[in-house]
Amino acid sequence: MAVVQTRNVTKVFKEGELGAVNNVNLETREGEFLVFLGPSGSGKTTLLRMIAGLETPTSGEILIGGKVVNDLTPRERRIAMVFQSYALYPHLTVYKNIAFPLKAQNVPKNLHKEKVEWASSLLGIGALLQRKPRELSGGERQRVALARAIVREPSVFLLDEPLSNLDAKLRLSAREELERFHRRVGTTTIYVTHDQVEAMAMGDRIMVLNKGVVRQIGTPKEVYDDPADTFVATFLGSPPMNLVENDGVIVGFRPEHFRLAEDIREVDKLTFKFRVENVEYLGAEFILSGLLMGGKADGKKVIARLLLGHSYEAGTTYDFAISARQLKFFDRTTEKKVPAKALTWQ
Amino acid sequence: MAVGGGKIKSIGAAQSPLLGFAMFSPALLYIGLLIGAPFVLAVFYAFSDARIGGGEMHYVGLENFRSILQSPSFRKALENSIIFTICAQIIVMVCANILSIALEKPFRGRGLVRFLILLPWVAPVSLGTIGWKWILDSIYSVITWVLVWLHIVKPYSGPYWLGEAKLAMASVILVHCWRLIPFSTVILLAGRTAIPKEIPEAAAIDGAGFWRTTFQINLPIMTPILSVAVLFGTIFTFTDMTVVYILTAGGPYDSTQTLPSLAFATGIQGSDLAAGAAISLFLVPVLIAIAYLMLRVAHRSEVI
Amino acid sequence: MKRKLSHKIVHVAVLAFFVVLLAFPFYWMVIATFKENLDLYNVQNNPFLFHIKPTMANLNLLFGETRFLRWLWNTALVGVLVVIITLLLSIPAAYALARLTGRWGERLGIGIFLTYLVPPTLLFIPLSRVIAVLGLQDTIWSLVLVYPSVTIPFSIWLLMGFFKSIPKELEDAAMVDGLTRFGAFLKMVVPISLSGILTVVIFTFTLVTQEFVYALTFISPESNQMVGVGIPIFLVRGDVYYWGSLMAACLIASLPVAFIYNLFLDRFIAGFTVGAVKG
Repeated sequence: MAVVQTRNVTKVFKEGELGAVNNVNLETREGEFLVFLGPSGSGKTTLLRMIAGLETPTSGEILIGGKVVNDLTPRERRIAMVFQSYALYPHLTVYKNIAFPLKAQNVPKNLHKEKVEWASSLLGIGALLQRKPRELSGGERQRVALARAIVREPSVFLLDEPLSNLDAKLRLSAREELERFHRRVGTTTIYVTHDQVEAMAMGDRIMVLNKGVVRQIGTPKEVYDDPADTFVATFLGSPPMNLVENDGVIVGFRPEHFRLAEDIREVDKLTFKFRVENVEYLGAEFILSGLLMGGKADGKKVIARLLLGHSYEAGTTYDFAISARQLKFFDRTTEKKVPAKALTWQ
Repeated sequence: MAVGGGKIKSIGAAQSPLLGFAMFSPALLYIGLLIGAPFVLAVFYAFSDARIGGGEMHYVGLENFRSILQSPSFRKALENSIIFTICAQIIVMVCANILSIALEKPFRGRGLVRFLILLPWVAPVSLGTIGWKWILDSIYSVITWVLVWLHIVKPYSGPYWLGEAKLAMASVILVHCWRLIPFSTVILLAGRTAIPKEIPEAAAIDGAGFWRTTFQINLPIMTPILSVAVLFGTIFTFTDMTVVYILTAGGPYDSTQTLPSLAFATGIQGSDLAAGAAISLFLVPVLIAIAYLMLRVAHRSEVI
Repeated sequence: MKRKLSHKIVHVAVLAFFVVLLAFPFYWMVIATFKENLDLYNVQNNPFLFHIKPTMANLNLLFGETRFLRWLWNTALVGVLVVIITLLLSIPAAYALARLTGRWGERLGIGIFLTYLVPPTLLFIPLSRVIAVLGLQDTIWSLVLVYPSVTIPFSIWLLMGFFKSIPKELEDAAMVDGLTRFGAFLKMVVPISLSGILTVVIFTFTLVTQEFVYALTFISPESNQMVGVGIPIFLVRGDVYYWGSLMAACLIASLPVAFIYNLFLDRFIAGFTVGAVKG
């Protein structure tokens, strides 16, 4: 078990260009499942590859287990990584794929069989050992890649979007399997994804990145309920948080908190006239999009997400409200979170 | 695989087979007349007593084969062809692998380095070989001059690169390697860059160093492409006559004669068409073996 | 970081070794081209240096007193004619094969590719008689006739790859718009495949300049030679080699070919790999 730390890590691919990763400071906790979340090009994979030793940082330090590893090769870092494409060795059988790290790290030969069997039974692929990678399904390949990663009992697991090559159905079950697997082995894990649902579901903590800069690190609840800036606020959640500008601040509220005024019992609430333009019926819920009417917010587009119960019609104006404690405030220029303010809306 | 047939039936040439046939047959006819027919004729000659300027041809059965099999020149030529081919392939594969690794990652000036390295392949072979003939000249060889300068050999007693049997054979192999290394390098480079970059990265993380990644990961994955390079290399060396003819003309005393150069000396210069044709026919088994192996490579890489 | 420096040194050393080994003969040609004979044929002199001022004498001899220009002209003429024949025959054939669905197209395609493996050294003896019977001996027409048999197979193979990458919908659309099947081929497929056709042109032309065996066998008079044979055989008078002029000729004849071939190399390699490399 070990902790991964980065100190002011920066990666610039081309001189004079913006860094792919800028000044990242982070520290994992023992045995934690940490998710790097961000859109493509946010630098999350570059950061992971620097931790793995596949990319050299332009500046800054990377520490694993308290030791600076900048000058160590990947093999000396005692880490395991699962790639997006799984990177199984196409010419080797499943058994030999899993045994390869043992061979490469000079584990005594008589232990190979036992360890491969342990890893493969942990992932339920004991029956596939004599197959070649091309004879496996996507889910099986993922399990082989995990077995190959776990077999040498690494101090850190790095996973680079391991679910993105699976179809939607398989992705759900593979996700659960990964979570169970992590609970069982308890190794510090860093998981890269662009999928916020994966991040929310699996992460002990989430680190949100954009343009190579860390926007927020926190538990899924923290980043969802208390986003540090408008990027995090809109990147997480589907549909994203509504943002309405007023008096020099940006006010944000989640679509699920924007409801019929009569349904909100709190006294301290903000009411709007909401003219519904479009109604999407999604089976378990409605997504309403429309415009706020009257006052300073007149004509602002917002989205509401409502459980079934009422029925709504496009073209009609309703009385909607948000409980005051659900309002988030962001600075208009820095887009960073600011304390709540009393605002006039009329 | 480039030749995977489309599964969707579209209006292809298949729908107008006549047009397809009309478009294809002229080329087929040309190839048939200028490759198929001469080949049949070569077999014909090999069983006859045909000579240039000779009158009638007679069927002589296996007589030609019997006499060439007994001739020491032929045995030497067969032996040389095999030795040259095998030595050249081994050296070429080692060098081409090293060179393709060195050329894989971009660096400043790679375009120029690539052009210089490719020169032996892209320049006409007979002209490159003449260049070597000057480098290996008996008196003015630059190699000899360097050896004298380094005091390894005495002045005026330098090695006769093309005049002594062993050295002449080594020289022929050298020139073959020189010519083939660029070709094999670019083929291997194509194979190397086709390996997804995650695979060597995964190996690095799994703890494999440079040698293990090279020998246990990259090379095995490149097997099909390696075999393509070896098969072409074998054809180019085994059936080549240009290098030997220009460099040594088979000499000294047949010591560097190969099957093609002997066939030329016998069939064209010696006017004995029958024996010459019989000698060249000894290339056929090797060609068939190579064609078969090539088909297997093509077939396999389609399945994978 | 120490490791990186030693990597770099090994890398540079490997490249330097191979560049010297592979490009040296051409460098040596340059040196010989501009050397006075007195300097060239003196074992005492360091051969890497010029002890007498560089001279144009070798080049003057080459262009003034040999048939070098004539050989270049012969080669160019044969090259152009062979390119035309190759294109006329291989483009339609490749198209037909590329669009033949199912196993037949595939088999024929591979079969055609395999005929490329048949070397001139297997066929030059019977072909020399065929040429004699046709009365083409000692003329460049013998080569114009025979070379396409070498260039057509590989050209068909290269073009098949190009044609297969063209979506069939394009021809379907052209035919829906009123063209005939053959018209769609001429007006849609051929223009789109221009880069493939250019590759074939370069391949064919370089092969014509590189071929040695047929040219040596079919043609004996000095004036009808191709450069590839004329230089190594006829610039040698008796046992005396005019090394300066010889090297100049090699250089002049090979560098343009090498340069053009180099530009198209990646496409030829794609053809050579028989699908063993994907992507």
